[in-house]
Amino acid sequence: MTRLIGIAALLGAIFASGAHAQNTTLDEIARYRAQLQDGNPAELWEARGEDLWKQKRGPKQVSLEQCDLGKGRGVVKGAYAELPRYFSDADKVMDLESRLLHCMVTLQGFSRADATKRVFGSGSSRSDYEALAAWITSESRGVVMKVSLNHQKMQEAYELGEKAFYFRGGPHDFSCATCHSEDNKRIRLQDLPNLTQKKGAQLGYTTWPAYRVSQGELRTFQWRINDCFRQQRFPDLVFGSELSIALTAFLAYNANGAAFNAPAIKR
Amino acid sequence: MKTAHWALPAVVIAGLVAAGCATAPREIQPVTANDLAIMKASFQEKGQAKLDRLDQDEAQKLCSHPPSVRIPAEVSARIEKNNMATIKYPADGKLMGDWKAGEVIAQRGVGKQFSDDPKTPSGGNCYACHQLSKNEISFGTIGPSLYNFGKLRGGPTPEMQRYAYGRIYNSQAFSACSNMPRFGHNDILTEQQIKDVTALLLDPNSPVNQ
Repeated sequence: MTRLIGIAALLGAIFASGAHAQNTTLDEIARYRAQLQDGNPAELWEARGEDLWKQKRGPKQVSLEQCDLGKGRGVVKGAYAELPRYFSDADKVMDLESRLLHCMVTLQGFSRADATKRVFGSGSSRSDYEALAAWITSESRGVVMKVSLNHQKMQEAYELGEKAFYFRGGPHDFSCATCHSEDNKRIRLQDLPNLTQKKGAQLGYTTWPAYRVSQGELRTFQWRINDCFRQQRFPDLVFGSELSIALTAFLAYNANGAAFNAPAIKR
Repeated sequence: MKTAHWALPAVVIAGLVAAGCATAPREIQPVTANDLAIMKASFQEKGQAKLDRLDQDEAQKLCSHPPSVRIPAEVSARIEKNNMATIKYPADGKLMGDWKAGEVIAQRGVGKQFSDDPKTPSGGNCYACHQLSKNEISFGTIGPSLYNFGKLRGGPTPEMQRYAYGRIYNSQAFSACSNMPRFGHNDILTEQQIKDVTALLLDPNSPVNQ
């Protein structure tokens, strides 16, 4: 916590110094980002997630160790680097979060409504998905992204995700591409990864989930794209919806070949 | 087998159609009725953001492509013509408001998000994408720098006022598929707010022109 207060103070100092030239400011922000890497509160979510994975829970009192994330029941190591993928038992393409929802309903016996009550945490109202995703993704750290489009339904998901990426709509005419299809662009001082190029897609995708310092929460990829659509002035993207999975498939496949490197920490 | 298109030369020939062949740089296929049904089922209405925000108008449909795809000239011309016809200039003929109010609008990022109160006036969020005044160093680069906009264009002549007001009202009247929101056409900013931002760009006393 002391470290976080220190970071907040540093951040305050950066933005208070309006007289600084912009390059100095950008250097300071780079330094701030480097300092953030030293100690990531995501570890707290990871520990809770591992417990949640192993606990017998739900009406059926079963642990998620019976859940198949694609590499066999209970296999967590490296699973996230191959998601989203096609699951024959559900005859659907699923990302991590929608697969967890599926397992909570089918294995643990939760109702869908109960299992989606708190998909994103806020303070003391914590999300099981954020904890589980923190732990499961940490078990893919360093693993090379290898998402496969070999199944027809993955191919279809990729293509729908690509269309959605370029789909302009809403009162502001924004699409994902408005901000994420050119190199070296910023919103205010925030650098934007070019997700249409391999390097940018790898950098963007492999650093989620992330602990957001500004929110004090660990956020998953489902949260990331939900919040992008909010800023695009679109309606509320439904957690685990077909489009959310398709867009994730598009971005995850584009990140293939890079070592997964999350949970990360971001401003 | 899908080969990612970033591996290809950046030069894109307009008119190439994907048809499942990802070895050529390409336009994105239009969303089908089925795609749109999936999209609509994947969103829920929240606050002021209703599902009709996914119903694209002509420009949104024609502009849902990577920026490297060149839109054919006749299509661009049609988009610009149709958007030009939407611009409503103020009945009182006054196009310049108060640059100080314009600066506040340029700084404000809220408006039209499902998390925003629709009763609160929207901002233009100009600094998100543009440099404007020299003293605001936190500016984005998606759009060009507008520093000294008026100074470089001979000041607030009637022609420049008409251009700046129109450009804010509906950017696609001047540049088809522009990234910039159509602030007047889509009721993001009011007539008075557009006048104020026009003043921010053109008033000789505005920090933009210092």
